[in-house]
Amino acid sequence: MAKIVVDVMLKPEILDPQGNAVASALPRLGFSFAKSVRQGKRFEIEVEGEPTAAQLAEVEKAAEVLLSNPVIENFVVRVEK
Amino acid sequence: MRVGVITFPGTLDDRDAARAVVAGGSEAVSLWHADADLKSVDAVILPGGFSYGDYLRCGAISRFAPVMSLVIEAAGKGMPVLGICNGFQVLCESHLLPGALTRNSDLHFLCRDQEIEIVNNTTPWTTSYKAEEKIVIPLKNGEGSFQCDDKTLAELEGEGRVIARYVGHNPNGSRNLIAGITNARGNVVGLMPHPEHAIDELTGPSAQGLGFFTSILNAMVK
Repeated sequence: MAKIVVDVMLKPEILDPQGNAVASALPRLGFSFAKSVRQGKRFEIEVEGEPTAAQLAEVEKAAEVLLSNPVIENFVVRVEK
Repeated sequence: MRVGVITFPGTLDDRDAARAVVAGGSEAVSLWHADADLKSVDAVILPGGFSYGDYLRCGAISRFAPVMSLVIEAAGKGMPVLGICNGFQVLCESHLLPGALTRNSDLHFLCRDQEIEIVNNTTPWTTSYKAEEKIVIPLKNGEGSFQCDDKTLAELEGEGRVIARYVGHNPNGSRNLIAGITNARGNVVGLMPHPEHAIDELTGPSAQGLGFFTSILNAMVK
């Protein structure tokens, strides 16, 4: 079964208070690797069989209309085996 | 004057909004999210709350409720629409208003009495106020930070479409201290703080929110 994955992230210029909160929590726990953190959303969509081009086009449309808000967010659609 | 108040699943402030409509001198008409019927109302209020549990994004699901397609159509023809808090979020998600409301910059849910300045008193919802009048009404939200791109911000400011600004400290990181905006036509208004909770001094911090509800009566009678 293939999975269509939609990753939604706030646009780089939009303030991400949740990501900032994670970034400031990490060093408190001894993790010193992070220069910055951005938090987003991931949608996993199961389809029967291999996703068709038409299905992917529909997912793109749904991502634009519902899954993301294009005013503040970008999205990427990909297929995960 | 018939002013509709929409109830979505998860709406909290519909009763206070209806009470404020009545206090302002109009008839309050309950509208249900699933109805494809505006019941001949002259104006519509989208009240505050957590419609559809704020799932996905605040207001994102409500935008597709059957009643919203009628609201979007009527707003396009000039019907006055006021979205308060979650209602403001729904109006942005519906693209009736530009921009978006995002998580408060300090991540806290805020609930406090907030001073705002009425910047534009020419919309059907704000004519009862004097220009630059300052009022204190409750602010209560987790995602009230108004964000938009620079071009949109310049348009809003240049066209006088910011209707209210926070006074003093920026409570939530909103650009240019924006508490409320209107569309290009001026009939659709979104406001983050809650005038419907400030219509008498027994239950609110002031009675200074009542002006939004007397304004709409005046706008309609004219």
